[in-house]
Amino acid sequence: MSNKNIRDQIINNTRNKSNIFERMIPVILLLITSVSILATIGILVTLLSESFEFFSRVPITEFLTSATWQPYVGDGEWGIWALIMGTLKIVAIAVIFAVPIGLGAAIYLSEYASDRVRRIIKPILEVLAGIPTVVYGFFAINFVNPILQGIYSGFGLYNAVSAGIVVGIMIIPMIASLSEDAMSSVPTAMREGSLGMGATRLETAIRVVIPAAFSGIVASFVLAISRAIGETMIVSIAAGSMPNASFDVTEPLQTMTGFIVQITSGDAAFGTDLYYSLFAVGMMLFIMTLLMNVIASWFTKRFKEEY
Amino acid sequence: MAELKTKIKQNTQEQSVEKSPIIQEEKEVVFQSKNFNLWYGDNHALQDINLTFHENDINAIIGPSGCGKSTFVKSLNRMTELVPIVRTEGDIDFRGDDIFKSGMSVEELRTRVGMVFQKPNPFPKSIYDNVAYGPRVHGIKKKAVLDQIVEKSLRSASIWDEVKDRLTDNAYGLSGGQQQRICIARALAVEPEVILMDEPTSALDPISTTKIEDLMQELKKDYSIIIVTHNMQQAARVSDRTSFFYQGYVVESDDTNVIFENPSDKRTEDYVSGRFG
Repeated sequence: MSNKNIRDQIINNTRNKSNIFERMIPVILLLITSVSILATIGILVTLLSESFEFFSRVPITEFLTSATWQPYVGDGEWGIWALIMGTLKIVAIAVIFAVPIGLGAAIYLSEYASDRVRRIIKPILEVLAGIPTVVYGFFAINFVNPILQGIYSGFGLYNAVSAGIVVGIMIIPMIASLSEDAMSSVPTAMREGSLGMGATRLETAIRVVIPAAFSGIVASFVLAISRAIGETMIVSIAAGSMPNASFDVTEPLQTMTGFIVQITSGDAAFGTDLYYSLFAVGMMLFIMTLLMNVIASWFTKRFKEEY
Repeated sequence: MAELKTKIKQNTQEQSVEKSPIIQEEKEVVFQSKNFNLWYGDNHALQDINLTFHENDINAIIGPSGCGKSTFVKSLNRMTELVPIVRTEGDIDFRGDDIFKSGMSVEELRTRVGMVFQKPNPFPKSIYDNVAYGPRVHGIKKKAVLDQIVEKSLRSASIWDEVKDRLTDNAYGLSGGQQQRICIARALAVEPEVILMDEPTSALDPISTTKIEDLMQELKKDYSIIIVTHNMQQAARVSDRTSFFYQGYVVESDDTNVIFENPSDKRTEDYVSGRFG
């Protein structure tokens, strides 16, 4: 008897299901999604309009071509290159330090480590990613810098190398963990194909696994570099506040983020050149990270191995 | 159960005496396993395997799922070592040398003993780079030499005509059957002596399967082939010798026509006639 009843019941329930609710779902989800899009647009609009105000006071040619950033002297000199060079020095040192280590760790974890070792090491790496950057900042000053000064006495208290290395340490877990994810998701069958030809594990990792995981690995670099560009606390604490466009890494410097922190936490009165310069520098930061993403997406498209 | 195992063992030992010495005497032995045992953890997957494979033969290994046939073939080039819990006992000789002895380089073994896998597994690279992979790994860099190897291997794998105009395309754009022949070409490119095939056609359609079976007949002139198959018709069609594995033992190993027409063990007969498995 029950067969017939259950079937009727199920069909009735199906008919009674509210279609309006189902149709509302995409709309609700779209609204949720637009929060982040709207926020981005809002930030962009603010940056753009305030930057325009800045460039009506300071010629954009001076901003983009000069290498002297001296906002406090007279009318001020606004050559963004001094700040860009500061950021680039930090990022370059961080990348030189973090990419080999992060990638090496990823190769070890995905190609050599046993499941047990991986299960222990990966969470530790991820803890490293959770350390507050202010802690990294005094780690740079109190631990890394004394070591550097022991090696070469020319290093000042504030310099590019100690801050750069520590920014590098901060981004290692990101590179290692994301690259490891990308490499682990390369099918085992591909490794077998390579090992079965008499290739060693390292040859297999370098010639098959890394190329196959390339887009994921590049994505990890991009995220890491973007974080290094945007990193603020470490450089504010350990890199000093002396904008300069030199290549000397033993001197103090100032990054774009460092400048913003210094001014916002200090004395920029509303409506001054200094106040508007914050937005121009912020705009520049935004353009740099955007550029990173564009380069990366071109890079992955060009070299991606699809399977 | 214990009785059955003893019986299988006895049968195995009887069978290890080669039945047709006249033909076999002329051919050189490539692989010989002596009391080879393998464990996955506590699971005794291969038990006292004694088998001999000769040059220029196609050797089929048949048996129901889980009988150890793939495991055995993967032991021949030590691919089983990739599974951390594997433990082995006994010898496998490749051209008279024990493959497990300490001086044996696993890379050299795998170069001399090529492998084609169950599912086509080309690298996500161009067709050319797939085939040139092995030679490059083994230090051949000259473009002209590589060109030659790639063409020769693709021709030997009967796929040259289909891909010669698109060697720079990604191998993943090819059909499954073509991919498998690319994998065969890739294996041939380092000029191995033996080719192991682990159910190479199980993921392919009938037409591609026929192509690969025809190809095997061509290849056997220059190579020794050991093929695992769950398809008994395939074993009957392509192979010279057949070994029947059952629950980790070799039940019977003989000329293919003997196995299929006049097997000496009841279980072999039941299996090849499709009554179980």
